[in-house]
Amino acid sequence: MAHAAYESPKLFGIVAEFDDPDVLVEAAAKTRVAGYRKFDAYSPMPVHGLAEAMHFEDIRIPWMAFFGGITGCCLGLGFQTWIALIDYPMNVGGKPLFTWPQFIPITFEATVLVTGLTTFVSQFALNGLPKPYNPMFNAKNFDRASQDRFFLCIETRDPKFDEASVTEFLQGLGALDVSEVPA
Amino acid sequence: MAINSIDSSKRTRLVPQNFIDGEHSYTTISEILAGVVLNPKPPTVWFVATGLGFCVLNVMLLAVTYLVLTGTGIWGNNQPTAWAWDIVNFVWWIGIGHAGTLISAILLLMRQSWRNSINRFAEAMTIFAVMCAGLYPLLHTGRPWLDYWLFPYANTLGMWPQTRSPLEWDVFAVSTYFTISLLFWFLGLIPDIATLRDKSQHPLVKSIYGLASMGWIGSAKHWFRYEQAYNILAGISAPLVLSVHTIVSFDFAVGIVPGWHTTIFPPYFVAGAVFAGFAMVLTFGLPLRSVYPQIKDFITEKHLDWMAKILLATGLIVFYGYILEMFYGWYSGNTYELALVYNRLFGPYKWFYYALIFCNGVFPQLCWVPQLRRNVPFLFVLSIVVGIGMWLERFVIIPMSLTRDFLTSSWGYYAPTEWDWALFIGTMGFFVFLLFMFIKVLPIINIFEMRDLLMKNHHQFGHGHDGHENSEEAH
Repeated sequence: MAHAAYESPKLFGIVAEFDDPDVLVEAAAKTRVAGYRKFDAYSPMPVHGLAEAMHFEDIRIPWMAFFGGITGCCLGLGFQTWIALIDYPMNVGGKPLFTWPQFIPITFEATVLVTGLTTFVSQFALNGLPKPYNPMFNAKNFDRASQDRFFLCIETRDPKFDEASVTEFLQGLGALDVSEVPA
Repeated sequence: MAINSIDSSKRTRLVPQNFIDGEHSYTTISEILAGVVLNPKPPTVWFVATGLGFCVLNVMLLAVTYLVLTGTGIWGNNQPTAWAWDIVNFVWWIGIGHAGTLISAILLLMRQSWRNSINRFAEAMTIFAVMCAGLYPLLHTGRPWLDYWLFPYANTLGMWPQTRSPLEWDVFAVSTYFTISLLFWFLGLIPDIATLRDKSQHPLVKSIYGLASMGWIGSAKHWFRYEQAYNILAGISAPLVLSVHTIVSFDFAVGIVPGWHTTIFPPYFVAGAVFAGFAMVLTFGLPLRSVYPQIKDFITEKHLDWMAKILLATGLIVFYGYILEMFYGWYSGNTYELALVYNRLFGPYKWFYYALIFCNGVFPQLCWVPQLRRNVPFLFVLSIVVGIGMWLERFVIIPMSLTRDFLTSSWGYYAPTEWDWALFIGTMGFFVFLLFMFIKVLPIINIFEMRDLLMKNHHQFGHGHDGHENSEEAH
C-alpha cells in the first residue's frame, strides 16, 4: 500500500463533519487552496459548486455516451441494411431493397438503447461501483452522510498528509467534529 | 437568436416557488420519507390494497394460463376485428407509462423542480405499466412461448424479422423503453437506497439495501459523474418517450384502414399518453397522500394544481386531435373516411364516441376553475374519468374502424368475452400489487432530490444567501 510509509498504516484519512452544504463547499475550496490533493467531500445530495471547488472535472461519461450512441446507430442501421440487402433480400413488387426511411425507427431505438446502456455502465465503472467495502464507512457518524450531514476527508495518500496538521487544519474549517478514519 | 436580443428585464420570469410545505430540515426529510419504507407496521390501507391487488393479480394469472392452454380464441377477437382489446389495452397501458418518463426526463431537462416529489412513483408506474402493456402483444401472438422470434437472432430457419414493419418497430421501441426506464429508475434510486441502508436497523434489511446501494457513499466525485449520467439518461429518454408512442401510432397510421391513415396520429397519441399518464399519477398520488399524510408537505396542493393544469393542456391537444379527425374525414373527400365519421357519430358504437368526447373533451374543462384544481375529490374523479376516456379513445380507434371498413361484406361487430375482461382487470390488479409492494420497499418520493430542493429553497428564500441559482427561467 502506498501509505505504508506513514507512521499509522491503519489510517485511511482524517474526516471533518459539517451540517451545512455551503460550509462544505467553502471547506473544500480552502482544502484545495491549502495544497491538499487527495481528498473528497461526501454529501447526501449533489451539491452544486462542490466539484468546482475541488477542481474536479471528468468529461469521459458524455464522450462515452456519444460514442455509444454512434455505435448503436451504426449497429441498428447496419444490421437492417445487411438483412435487407445481403442476407435475406426480399423483392416486394420490385421496390428497392435499401428502403432506408423504414430503417430509421429501429436505428433510433438502437441508438438510444446503446447510449443508455453505455452511460449507465460507465457511471458505475468510473465511480468504481459496486464497491461493498469502503474505508469511509468506518468514519464516525458516516451513516448520516446519506441523510443530513456533510463530510470532508483528507486521505493519508495525500503527499502533504500529516496527522496533526491535517486535524488542526480541518478543525479550523468550522467542522462540527474531526475524527480519524481507520482503513 | 431573436429571443436573446429582447431586453432580458422584459422576459417573463418564473417566480421561484417553494414546493415544500411546512418547516423541514435535511434530517426531517430523511426521517419522513425513509420512515414510510422502514416503518415496520404499514397502515391498514396498505394491507387492504396489496391484498386486493394480489387477489386480482391471480385473475390475471388465471386468464393468462387459460389463454396459453387454449389459444386466443377465448377472446372476442374475430374477423374483421383481429385487433381488439389486446391492442386497446396495450396502447392504454403504455400511454399511462409515458407520464412517468415525461415527469422524470422532460420536466428535469426543463428544470421544473416541482417534479422532484412526484417523479419516483411516476417512474415506478411507468415500469409497471409497460410490463402490463407488453403482456398483450406477447399473448396476442397466440404462441407466447415463441415470442423470442420477434427479436433478430441467428436462427436455423435462416430468417429475420421484417424490420420495415411498424409492428417490429414496436418490439424495439417497447423493449428499449422498458430497459431505459428501468436503468433510469434504478440510477435515481441508488442514493436513496443508500439512505435506507444507513437508516435501517435489522441486519438482514441492512445488508439487502447495502447490496442494492452498490456501495454508494455520496462522494462529490461520484455525484459529479452521477449527475452527468442522470442528465444524459434524461436527455435520451425525452425523445425516446416521444418515439415510443409515435411508433405505437404508426401501427395504425401506416395502415390504410379508414380513420387510421392520418398524419395527426403521432402527436395526438403522444399527447393522449401524457394526458392518461398524468391522470394515473393523480389516481395513485391522491390516495397515497391520504394513506401517508406525512408526505403532504412534499406533494403539496401546488403540485395538484399544476398537474391539473397539465391535464387540461394535454386534454385540449387531444380534443384538437378529435376535431382534426373529423376535419380530415371531411377534407379527404374519401367515401370511406366520410363513412367512418358518420359511423362514429351514428354507428353501432356511437355511445362510446359520445362518452369519449365527454370524458376527454368536456369534463376536463372544469380544470379552468382554480378552486377545483385543488379539490382532491374532484381531481380523483377527474383522473378516473380521463382514464376511462383514454381507454375509450383507443376503443373508438380500433374496433370501430375495423368493423366498418371498405366492403360492407366484411363489416362485423365486436364484443369482448369474459376472458378479455379477466385479463384487463387482472393487469390492473398486477399494477396495483406491484405499486403497493414498491411503496413498502422503496421510497415513493425521491429523498435526495427533496434535500436538493430544500437546499435551493434555502438559497432562494433566506438563509442569508442571495442565491445565483434563482434564475429558474422557462427555457
